[in-house]
Amino acid sequence: MKRRLIWLLLTLCAATSIASAITPVTRLHAYKVEGDAIAHPLAGLSGDAARGASLVQQRHKSLCVLCHAGPFPDPHLQGTIAPDLTGVGARLSAGQLRLRIVNMKRLNPDSIMPVYFEIIADSQEVRVAETWRDRPILTAQEIEDLVAYLQTLR
Amino acid sequence: MLRFVLLAAVAFSSMARAEIPSKDKRSGFDFMSPQTQAMQSDETSNPGMLWVLDGERMWSESQGKAEKSCASCHEDAAKTMRGVAARYPAFDEQTKRPIDLAGRINRCRETRQDAPPLARESNELLTLSAYVAYQSHGMPITPAADRRLDKYRENGRAWFERRLGQLQLSCASCHDDRWGARLGGSVIPQGHPTGYPLYRLEWQAVGSLQRRLRGCLVGVRAEPFEYGASEYVDIELFLMSRAAGLKMETPAVRP
Ligand code: HEC
Ligand code: HEC
Repeated sequence: MKRRLIWLLLTLCAATSIASAITPVTRLHAYKVEGDAIAHPLAGLSGDAARGASLVQQRHKSLCVLCHAGPFPDPHLQGTIAPDLTGVGARLSAGQLRLRIVNMKRLNPDSIMPVYFEIIADSQEVRVAETWRDRPILTAQEIEDLVAYLQTLR
Repeated sequence: MLRFVLLAAVAFSSMARAEIPSKDKRSGFDFMSPQTQAMQSDETSNPGMLWVLDGERMWSESQGKAEKSCASCHEDAAKTMRGVAARYPAFDEQTKRPIDLAGRINRCRETRQDAPPLARESNELLTLSAYVAYQSHGMPITPAADRRLDKYRENGRAWFERRLGQLQLSCASCHDDRWGARLGGSVIPQGHPTGYPLYRLEWQAVGSLQRRLRGCLVGVRAEPFEYGASEYVDIELFLMSRAAGLKMETPAVRP
C-alpha cells in the first residue's frame, strides 16, 4: 500500500509538472524529426546566410539576441540567459540547428526558448496578443536563412 | 487518503519552483546603475517628486458636488495615510474583493466627494496615488492579514506562474528563475512592486504598476488586461506578499 502511494505521488508530480511545462500548439507544420534534428530544409527552401545574419540581430523580430549573446555587434545589448552562439555551427549540424529553432521544446519541454514554427494554441489563460494569434513567430524561409547563417559560425 | 496524496503532490510540484528566499530578496533599485540610484535617492533630483508635490496640492482641493477635499475627511496625510500603501491591496467590503490604492481613491471620489472617477493612468490619479504612497516611503511592505484575500492572491500567483503569450514565458521564468541575468540590454530585476507609482526614464513620466505589468505582458506577446482589471489587482496582491519586508520607495526611478 505504501509503495503504491509513493508511486501515485510520483506520477502525479510528474503529471502536474509536465502539464505546466508543455506548450500547447494547434497546428503542426509538415517536417520530419529524426533523432534531434530536422534533416531536410523546411518546404525545400534554401537559406541565405546574409539575410540570416541580419535577422539574428533583430531584437523585435527574431528576438534571438534578447536571450543569446554571439559574435554580433553591440554586445552590451545581448542577453545572458541562453548559451552564447559563438561557434554553434561547429557544435551542431544544419538539421540540429533547424529543430532547435523550429521547436526547442521537443528536446526540452521546460526550455524558455520560444517555439518559432508552430502555432501556439490560444485560450483565455494563454492570451496570445491579437497581432500574433494563429501564426508562427518566423516563416520557413526566415528559419532557413537563420540556419544558413548559424552554420557559418565556426 | 487519496485526497491527501493529491494535495501533497500538488504542494510538492509547486514547491519545486525556484521561489526567492527572503535573504535574497532585492528591490529593482539594487540592479540599477549608480547614476539612476542617485537620481532616485536625492529628492531634489528625483523627477517623481514633482508628482508628489502636485499631489500634496490636490489633497486639499475641493472636488465634486460635495465640495470636499481628501483633507476634509483624512486631514494630515502624513499621519492618516502613513503605511496605507504598504499594506494595499485591501479587501473591499462593497465589492467583496480586493481593491488597489488607485481604486480606493476613486471610490472616495465617488462616494464621499460626489465626483466622477479619474481615468486609470490619468495624470491626476497617478499624482494622488503617488502622494498617498509617498506617505509610506521607507516603510516595509506588510500585506494585510485578511483571509478573504487568500483566493485572490492565489489567482495572482497562478497568473505569475503561467506561460503566457506567443513567447510562452511566465513572469516566474524571468523574475524567479533568471533575475540578475540580462534580457537584451536590461538586467532582469526580481519584479517587486516597491516603488509605484514611479518615474521611468523610458516613459519620461510617472506610471503605475499596471502600466509596468502591461509592458511585461506585451513583451511576451500576450494580450494585456484592460487598465483597472481585477487580474491586475490579484497579481499586485501576490507581488506585494512576495515582496513582504522590502521597503516602499515611492516615487522610485527606474530605467
Ligand atoms: C527567451 C529566450 C530565447 C530566445 C528568444 C531564443 N533562444 Fe535559443 N536558446 C535558449 C535557451 C535557454 C537555450 C538552451 C537550450 C534549452 O533551453 O534547453 C537555447 C538554445 C539554442 C540553440 C542551441 C545552442 C547550443 O549551443 O546547443 C540554438 C542554435 C539557438 N538557441 C538558436 C536561437 C535562435 C537562432 C534564436 C532566434 C531565432 C533563438 N535561439 C532565440 C533561449 C532562447
Ligand atoms: C522575458 C522576461 C520577462 C517576463 C516574462 C516578465 N518580465 Fe517583468 N521585467 C522584465 C525586465 C527585463 C524588467 C526590467 C525592465 C527595465 O528596467 O527596463 C521587468 C520589470 C518588472 C517589474 C518592475 C520592477 C521594479 O523594480 O519596478 C515588475 C513589477 C514586473 N516586471 C513584473 C512582471 C510580471 C507580473 C510578469 C508576468 C505578467 C512579468 N514581469 C514578466 C522581464 C520580464
